[in-house]
Amino acid sequence: MDDHTVIDAKGLTKRFNSFTAVDEITFKVKKGEIFGFLGANGAGKTTAIKMLTGLLRPTSGSARVAGYDVFREPDHIKRNIGYMSQRFSLYNDLTVVENIRLYAGIYGLKRQKINQKAGDLLHTLGIHSYRDSLVKDLPLGFKQKLAFSIAIFHEPRMVFLDEPTGGVDPIARRQFWEMIYEAAERGITPFVTTHYMDEAEYCDRVSIMVEGKIMALDTPGKLKEKFKADSMDQVFLKLARAS
Amino acid sequence: MRQLIVFILKEFKHIFRDHRTLLILFGMPVAQVFLFGYAVTNEVRDAELTVWDRSGDYLSGELISSMVGSGYFKYEGQVTSDRELADGFKSNRYKLGLVIPPNFARDVFQGNAKVQLLLDASDPNTANILNSYASAIIGKFISSHTKLHLPLNIQTEVRMTYNPELKGVFLFVPGVITVILMLVSALLTSIALAREKEMGTMEILLVSPLQPATVVIGKVIPYLGLSFVNALVVLLLGFFVFGMPLHGNLVLLLSEFILFIICALSIGIFISTKAASQQVAMMMSLFALMMPTILLSGFIFPIDSMPRVLQWLSYIIPAKYFIQVVKGIMLQGTGLSELWKPTLAIAGISLFFIIASIKNFKTRLA
Repeated sequence: MDDHTVIDAKGLTKRFNSFTAVDEITFKVKKGEIFGFLGANGAGKTTAIKMLTGLLRPTSGSARVAGYDVFREPDHIKRNIGYMSQRFSLYNDLTVVENIRLYAGIYGLKRQKINQKAGDLLHTLGIHSYRDSLVKDLPLGFKQKLAFSIAIFHEPRMVFLDEPTGGVDPIARRQFWEMIYEAAERGITPFVTTHYMDEAEYCDRVSIMVEGKIMALDTPGKLKEKFKADSMDQVFLKLARAS
Repeated sequence: MRQLIVFILKEFKHIFRDHRTLLILFGMPVAQVFLFGYAVTNEVRDAELTVWDRSGDYLSGELISSMVGSGYFKYEGQVTSDRELADGFKSNRYKLGLVIPPNFARDVFQGNAKVQLLLDASDPNTANILNSYASAIIGKFISSHTKLHLPLNIQTEVRMTYNPELKGVFLFVPGVITVILMLVSALLTSIALAREKEMGTMEILLVSPLQPATVVIGKVIPYLGLSFVNALVVLLLGFFVFGMPLHGNLVLLLSEFILFIICALSIGIFISTKAASQQVAMMMSLFALMMPTILLSGFIFPIDSMPRVLQWLSYIIPAKYFIQVVKGIMLQGTGLSELWKPTLAIAGISLFFIIASIKNFKTRLA
């Protein structure tokens, strides 16, 4: 694996007793590309992400994430990735700046660096006036931006975004995708799962999981061509029906 | 290490910003001590007493004054008929009625004096206690005026050791300390951990470089500290307000406190590995912990008089052992040489739950 590959999975499999949640998935993610990880509920996305983030030990196969082996070096993986869940998962009873300090502290950043970066961040997000407000008082769109910024605060090599745009309005979604592009340009590779098929079009490459297997993996344009579809939505439906 | 400190600071912020937690943490212990110390008590003072003195001689008058002078009764005046007596009981004016038959003084000297006690047994506990108080006073009075002694009349003299005045609060303070430590430690930690799961922040913590052990220790340390402070407050209240003695070693007592807190915390963590939401955690804590702690620990109901099955059940209640320990150290002044068995039992239960929690935690993640 070279410096330009952030995920290299080969035959990655997870079985729970007789049930195979993830069935020999093989794929690569290049540094800086926006990778869409699609699939219906129960297709095995969450299990796959848990294996890639070092939370769950795979049954067989191999994978390297951010340069480290998922079997032998899960602790190194954790230090080099960011993670944001669909629930934004900030502490509602802490202030904006306290949330930043907490997560940055957990990733071992130095206090001085935290303070300086936190100031910059609040300015860029335009929420400096909310600095000392409790997170529960923030509008949802701000929460989402803040959660993402915190997930990449420690400059990880890649960031896992698990349905990051759930429940926010189209304008906020649009703005959020701009943040994703920006992060990708800075070399933080985004790995995105989503339910919104229009968002799949924003990705450089997408994979579509059906019943534990990756049934398609290419750029959105080529997938549409291959499946003779006008939109990713149709691609997805055709795949789901075929199985 | 810095990660742990950051995490503990966060936990304190959660606690101090949540008024409900604060109230449970600091309001309840004090309220409970005063409640149990003053209101819920086995002692009876100033029970309303009335007398139907059908004899009216000098001896019956003396009996009445020795009853009134005992301090247990409040004299509500005389009645002169059955009916008046019955009405008084119905309207709750009297708790105790004493009927002295005619010719009391003569009967006393002949050695066959009888009096009648009427008690309001709608509250059987109080009635029992009043009965024994009154019987003791009357018995003493009659025997001091009787020349005749039956040949086999054995006089027992009772000495109540360790708690000569039979103060209920001496039992309640150890009990309240136990309940509070159990409640605060187990309930609040299980809720705190379940909250992280419910909010989705647990996911983030598990994906972060924090070790699961750090998360758990970071959760537990603030509650360990606060519970200990709480126990001290209750202890000081018992000491200064209720005159609770401390005959044993303070260091030993405080060490046992910490051991018991660890035990409660391990149970709280175990519950949180099973419960998915705060509400489930709360219900589990209340049913699995609160009720047995109060009912089966010997805090309120004596274990010896329970059915066999419940007696066996009480062996797995850590509170039972802890109450033994606290009573032993405070009232009897015993040391570790007598208390090693209950101490070992608490340590064993803690160990069991710590191992069970670790197993649960791992299988959930593996």
